[in-house]
Amino acid sequence: MSAAEPPPALAVEGVSHRFGARAALDDVSLSLPQGRFVALLGPNGAGKTTLFSVVTRLYANQHGRVALFGHDLRREPSRALARLGVVFQARTLDTDLTVRQNLLYHAALHGIARRAAEARIAALLARVGLAERRDDRIRTLSGGQSRRIEIARALIHSPDLLLLDEPTVGLDLDARAGIVAVVRALVREEGLSVLWATHIFDEVETTDRVVVLHRGKVVARGLAGALSEPSGSLETSFRRITAEAGGEGGARRVA
Amino acid sequence: MSTSAAPQASPQPAPGAARVRGRLDAVGYGICFLGIVRRELLRFVNQKERFFSALVRPLVWLFIFAAGFRNTLGLSITPPYETYVLYEVYVVPGLATMIQLFNGMQSSLSMVYDREVGSMRVLLTSPYPRWSLLFAKLAAGVVVSVIQAYVFLAIASFFETDIPWRGYLLALPAFLAAGLMLGAIGLFLSSLVRQLENFASVMNFVIFPMFFASSALYPLWRVNESSATLYWICQANPFTHAVELVRFALYGAFDPLAGAVVVGTGLAFFALAVVAYDPGRGLLARRGGPPGEGA
Repeated sequence: MSAAEPPPALAVEGVSHRFGARAALDDVSLSLPQGRFVALLGPNGAGKTTLFSVVTRLYANQHGRVALFGHDLRREPSRALARLGVVFQARTLDTDLTVRQNLLYHAALHGIARRAAEARIAALLARVGLAERRDDRIRTLSGGQSRRIEIARALIHSPDLLLLDEPTVGLDLDARAGIVAVVRALVREEGLSVLWATHIFDEVETTDRVVVLHRGKVVARGLAGALSEPSGSLETSFRRITAEAGGEGGARRVA
Repeated sequence: MSTSAAPQASPQPAPGAARVRGRLDAVGYGICFLGIVRRELLRFVNQKERFFSALVRPLVWLFIFAAGFRNTLGLSITPPYETYVLYEVYVVPGLATMIQLFNGMQSSLSMVYDREVGSMRVLLTSPYPRWSLLFAKLAAGVVVSVIQAYVFLAIASFFETDIPWRGYLLALPAFLAAGLMLGAIGLFLSSLVRQLENFASVMNFVIFPMFFASSALYPLWRVNESSATLYWICQANPFTHAVELVRFALYGAFDPLAGAVVVGTGLAFFALAVVAYDPGRGLLARRGGPPGEGA
C-alpha cells in the first residue's frame, strides 16, 4: 500500500446484468472506501442479490467492471475472492454437521490448514459469542445463532471486505440487534469494510454511507443523515426517492 | 425464531484472533480438495438411510432377481470368464457399477440441492479455479461411491462370486474411472436441471435406460440374438463400458475399448460441466436470477 490513496475495498463501475429481456442491474456504480460500513438499501427485487452474485462471481459481469482492493474480478478472480467474505441471504450451513465441522470446511475452501483453522475458529466463535456451541449440530441453533456462525464463517480467511445480503431477515429484534452489533464492532475495531444490503431502516445509522438501489438502478447515494434530512426520516425519504424514480409501486414491500 | 440470540457482541478481541490467510498455491488447493472430500464423507456418514438404500438395491437384484433367473439364463464361456459361470456371478460387476451409477446421479442431485439452498454459492466463493472445485466435488462423490461398491462386493463374496483376491485390488482403478465418468455425467446433468423436482425425470430418462440398455444384466451377445438395434444401443451406452471395465478388472484382465470409452466420456462430460458452471459462458447465469430479480 505505497500509494497515497488506497484503492477502494469494492469498486463497481457501470455494471449491467440482464436475465433474458429483464435488466436486473442497469449501469450500477458504487465505491466502498476501505474500513467503512456502507448500506445498500432497496426493496425486494431491486437487484441487491443479483449485484451480490456478480460481486461474488457467481455470475460474470456482463457489462462494466468490478474490482476488490484494486484486483479486477475478471482478470484476477483468485486474488479478489481471497479478500472477500460473504454472508448470503439464504442459510448455507450444513445443518447435519457441527459448528466446528462447518467452519473447518470453509477454512479448507480457502486453503487454511486444520491447525491454523482451529485457533482461528476458537477466536471467531468467542467473537460472535458462541464459543460454547462449537461441537453442537447446526440444527440445534436458533436462527440468530446460525447467522452469527455464518458471520464467523465468512471471516475465517481474514477477508478485508464483508458482504452481507439481508442478514437479519426472519430474525426477531434481539437477534437482529446482536448481528448488527457484531458487524459494527468488526468495522470499528478491525477496520473491516462492510457492504450491508437491507430494506430495514433501523439498521442504518446517520453516519453510514447509503446507496439506494431501485429496479436495478442506483437512484440515490450519500450519508444517511443527509439523505433523511428533508423529511427527517430515512424511511420517508426512501419512499419519496423510489416513488420519484420508479412511479407506482416503487417502494412497495419496504418496511 | 428464538430469543436466545441476545446481543453480546464482541467481548475482548480473543487471543489467537491473529489474521489467518489461506494459500493460493498447490498446497492450498490440496487442503481445499481434502476439505471437500471430508465434507462429503461426513455427510455420507450422517445419512445412513442413503447408504443402506444404496446397498439394498443391488442386494435385492442379486438375491432375488438373479436367483430367479439362475436356471433360465445359462451363460457360455465369455471373456473374462474362463469357465461357465452362474448368473449371480455374471451380474455382480454390473450391480457394483450400478451403485456408482446411482451415486453419480445422487451427487448430481445434491448439487442441484446445494444450488437451491445456497451451499453451492459458498463453494464457488473459494478462490481456487472453478474447474478445480468441480473436480474436487466430483472426486468426493467417487470416494463415497467406491466405498459403497466395495461394501457390496464384500457382502456378495459370501455367495460364490469367484472373484480372486487380486481382482479386488485391480478393480480399484476401474471403479475410480467408472465413478469419475458417471459422476461427470451427473455433474453435467446437474447444471441442466433447474429445480429439484425435475430430478425424477433424470431417474426415468437417464438412470433406467442406462442401466437396462447395458451389459450389466445380460451379456450383449444374448441381446444381439434378439435385436441388433438394441445391441448397438447397448454398445453405444457408456455405462456398458464402465461395467465391462470393472468386470474385466475384477478377473485380472483389461478391456482397452472399455477403458478408452470410460476415460474419454468422463473427460468430455467434465469439460461440458466446467463450461456449464463457468460464470461467463455458463448456463448458471441464464438459469433465471434470484427470486424477484430474475426473468
